Amino acid sequence: MKIDSRLPSGPIETAWDRTKFEMKLVNPSNRGKRTIIIVGTGLAGASAAASLGELGYNVLSFCYQDSPRRAHSIAAQGGINAAKNYRNDGDSIFRLFYDTVKGGDFRAREANVYRLAQLSNNIIDQCTAQGVPFAREYDGLLDTRSFGGAQVSRTFYSRGQTGQQLLLGAYSALMRQVKAGTVRIFSRTEMLDLVIVNGVARGIVVRNMITGKIFSVAGDAVILCTGGYANTFYLSTNAKGSNGSACWRAYKRGAGFANPCYTQIHPTCIPVTGEHQSKLTLMSESLRNDGRIWVPKKKGDRRPANEIPEEDRDYYLERKYPTFGNLVPRDVASRNAKQVCDEGRGVGESGLGVNLDFRDSIKRFGVQLIKERYGNLFEMYEKITAEDGYKVPMRIYPAAHYVMGGLWVDYHLMSSIPGLFVGGEANFSDHGANRLGASALMQGLCDGYFVLPATVPHYLSTSSLPNISDDSKEFKEAVGEAESRIKRLMNINGKRTADSFHRELGKLLWNYCGMARNEAGLKKALEAIPALREEFWQNVKVPGDSEDLNQSLEKVNRVADFMEVAELIVNDALERKESCGAHFREESRTEEGEAKRDDANFSHAAVWEFAGDNKKPIRNIEPLSFQYVKPQQRSYK
Amino acid sequence: MSEKGMKLNLKIWRQKSSKDKGGFVDYKVENISPNMSFLEMLDVLNEKIILEGGEPIAFDNDCREGICGMCGLYINGRPHGPQSGTTTCQLHMRSFRDGELITIEPWRCGAFPIVKDLIVDRSALDKIIMAGGFISVSTGAAPEANTIPVPRDDSGNSMDAAQCIGCGACIAACPNASAMLFTAAKISHLGLLPQGQPERKKRALSMVKAMDDAGFGGCTNHGECEAACPKNVSTKFIARMNRDYISAGLTEEPEKE
Ligand SMILES: Cc1cc2nc3c(=O)[nH]c(=O)nc-3n(C[C@H](O)[C@H](O)[C@H](O)COP(=O)(O)OP(=O)(O)OC[C@H]3O[C@@H](n4cnc5c(N)ncnc54)[C@H](O)[C@@H]3O)c2cc1C
Ligand code: FES
Repeated sequence: MKIDSRLPSGPIETAWDRTKFEMKLVNPSNRGKRTIIIVGTGLAGASAAASLGELGYNVLSFCYQDSPRRAHSIAAQGGINAAKNYRNDGDSIFRLFYDTVKGGDFRAREANVYRLAQLSNNIIDQCTAQGVPFAREYDGLLDTRSFGGAQVSRTFYSRGQTGQQLLLGAYSALMRQVKAGTVRIFSRTEMLDLVIVNGVARGIVVRNMITGKIFSVAGDAVILCTGGYANTFYLSTNAKGSNGSACWRAYKRGAGFANPCYTQIHPTCIPVTGEHQSKLTLMSESLRNDGRIWVPKKKGDRRPANEIPEEDRDYYLERKYPTFGNLVPRDVASRNAKQVCDEGRGVGESGLGVNLDFRDSIKRFGVQLIKERYGNLFEMYEKITAEDGYKVPMRIYPAAHYVMGGLWVDYHLMSSIPGLFVGGEANFSDHGANRLGASALMQGLCDGYFVLPATVPHYLSTSSLPNISDDSKEFKEAVGEAESRIKRLMNINGKRTADSFHRELGKLLWNYCGMARNEAGLKKALEAIPALREEFWQNVKVPGDSEDLNQSLEKVNRVADFMEVAELIVNDALERKESCGAHFREESRTEEGEAKRDDANFSHAAVWEFAGDNKKPIRNIEPLSFQYVKPQQRSYK
Repeated sequence: MSEKGMKLNLKIWRQKSSKDKGGFVDYKVENISPNMSFLEMLDVLNEKIILEGGEPIAFDNDCREGICGMCGLYINGRPHGPQSGTTTCQLHMRSFRDGELITIEPWRCGAFPIVKDLIVDRSALDKIIMAGGFISVSTGAAPEANTIPVPRDDSGNSMDAAQCIGCGACIAACPNASAMLFTAAKISHLGLLPQGQPERKKRALSMVKAMDDAGFGGCTNHGECEAACPKNVSTKFIARMNRDYISAGLTEEPEKE
């Protein structure tokens, strides 16, 4: 696999402007003749589709929900970062860039991250102009808060529904283009495969989820903005339908998959209550601004939280990290929660939980202010747990949340297959080995509003793309393959449901490849996953008909891919013998027990290449170099 | 409640497709924990149905945290069930009694044809937004964000309206199947902001027209919509929309197709 990241040379501050200037444009009168297929209508997909539609391209937009407005981005709560420095608290593009590179534990590309930090400001302008109701100060100007380990206040927000408001903004821009006739929406339409003609991406195979009809769509470029694969863990904070299938099929058609083992476990989620649990609910980590995290000092102390006196409490984050305290980055907070629970000091019925206590903030600021800041989160917590977080500490535990890994892309966001672009969480992106809070929304919109609308046209104008129709050989073959796979799944007629397999897979992954990983465990997972997959293909049961709305079939089809994604995650985790960011190898830690990188051997992105079913995939590397932020041991003491 | 959790009797609407007539089917579930969400209870039922060789009940859902607007069931005669300000996915089984009979239906409204079982087609809502639920600013054309200050109250009010999740409960609850609350929420969200002023009148006219064209009914002030709204969007926005609509009618030509 050829890995050319097409990184610009020269000073980083002007790199994106220079790249843009060097890009070829498409004559406005020719744009309507070019068809761009965009899969996904989350922040990345909707903003890309709207922006490319505005430019005059013929855009086809796909999503599996009944409306593009329901993409999983809608669930983001906390906020979106930008380097506006409205507070004059020392923020700058360089600082956002620096924080992101450092927060990602020096495993991201500097040039990409710098561009992200630069464009962050345009995003806030764009969204404000669209009517996104960001929180305001009394003077009517935009409010910000500090979030997830940042020491400056750079997070813009709309109450606890930032993702919703940003997505509705992008969705309305999208619908405006639908009205203008540049964009066509295909909702309840799931991508099953990618079609490659003469080595370049020219279309997709999809299934109409109402009629079951499988068909193909041809175009000049394909953009995947299909979100992350955190649902490989079964229990995660992602929407039930979030899946890895679109990216996985692209991988199997030759796209490199980078750093699959970088999976983020979010520290503040509501703990699991039982086997019936179908998903985990995130409590925005903005709660860590005012909530204090603690567990009892003594193992097995089962007293109700409010009866445990101060001297018997261990505010372990404040104790271990006096500078950052409860605001340490996610990976550090999660690992520490796991550690105290492993020591038997966890709280709640299962012992898998830690307290998030607002008592002191309420004392200090009054309950009213806490209500103003987090009212909807307390309500949500009470709905789920029937407990009042104002009176007793909330209980939280880490959960799978986000993936930094994804399809490998170059500086233009093009994958290793020409003509296949990837945006948003689906690409391996700019977050290195750990994403900072409020940076995913920023990246999705940066990709969709600003990067893809510049780079995709450049591709179109510099490639020779003969006219093609979807009844050519390659399309027919791909449709045939998709149909026979569906047939195969329908015919297994085994004894277990898709969910039961998925749950088992999730547990394997959580236990052996979750917050802490070691060689022995990973090797065990590498035996167990293929065995489970084998059983799946012999013993899964899909009721109903394939030519009909069939949610079991949708599930089974996604779980079949998760089974393979899981194995790649573990392979990657095993080969990366260092700890970095969210990837914590127990064999590689500092004397204080923190993640220890091995820059001499692992300062690179691992780019996996599909080598055939049941063959070990090939691990390629893209070396990373740092000119502006010198790699150092991350410390939040 | 026995140690093994709740037992419930369920009466669930089953319908093979939009063309099929459909009808209620009775089910029983046992061992239901009060900590389960309503949809998790249906998951348990579906797993059982699959293992017994049947076809599981189709219902829409995605985020399962009350924000995507995908879920929506008519439970014991109420959209999203007995708890106010709550989507179906956020409803928990502790809101029900052991042994209770629960009736579960899809949204009932002419503009939302049933697709299968409990799933309906809500694409009419997208058409209303398409008609004008946006501010026409193309990417790259935005001024620096803080050049447009927005009074904090306006911004808060706008956000109150913008919270709509587009689930359709308001329409399912309305005796006239009116989409006024949904439409008014978007018109108010944008109309309360300075950025939304230039297109304010045109927006009101075209969105109301799209609403009528999609076959939704008119508003006769029942107020059921607000009561059913999981996000507590207020009917005051309907009054606001009506004002916009009337004043627009006096000065603006409706948009030509
Ligand atoms: C609970 C929660 C809270 C979060 N809070 C924050 C926050 O406060 N700040 C922040 O920065 N980030 C946050 N994140 C992360 C952030 O929301 C996501 O990373 C981001 O929204 C992903 O956007 P996206 O456009 O890449 O994909 P998504 O929004 O996931 O959209 C994926 C799209 O792809 C479509 N799709 C997927 N597969 C297929 C297929 N096979 N065929 C057709 N269509 C398909 C879907 O229909 C959907 O339209 C949060 C995440 C979660 C889970
Ligand atoms: S499933 Fe998203 S609101 Fe209920």
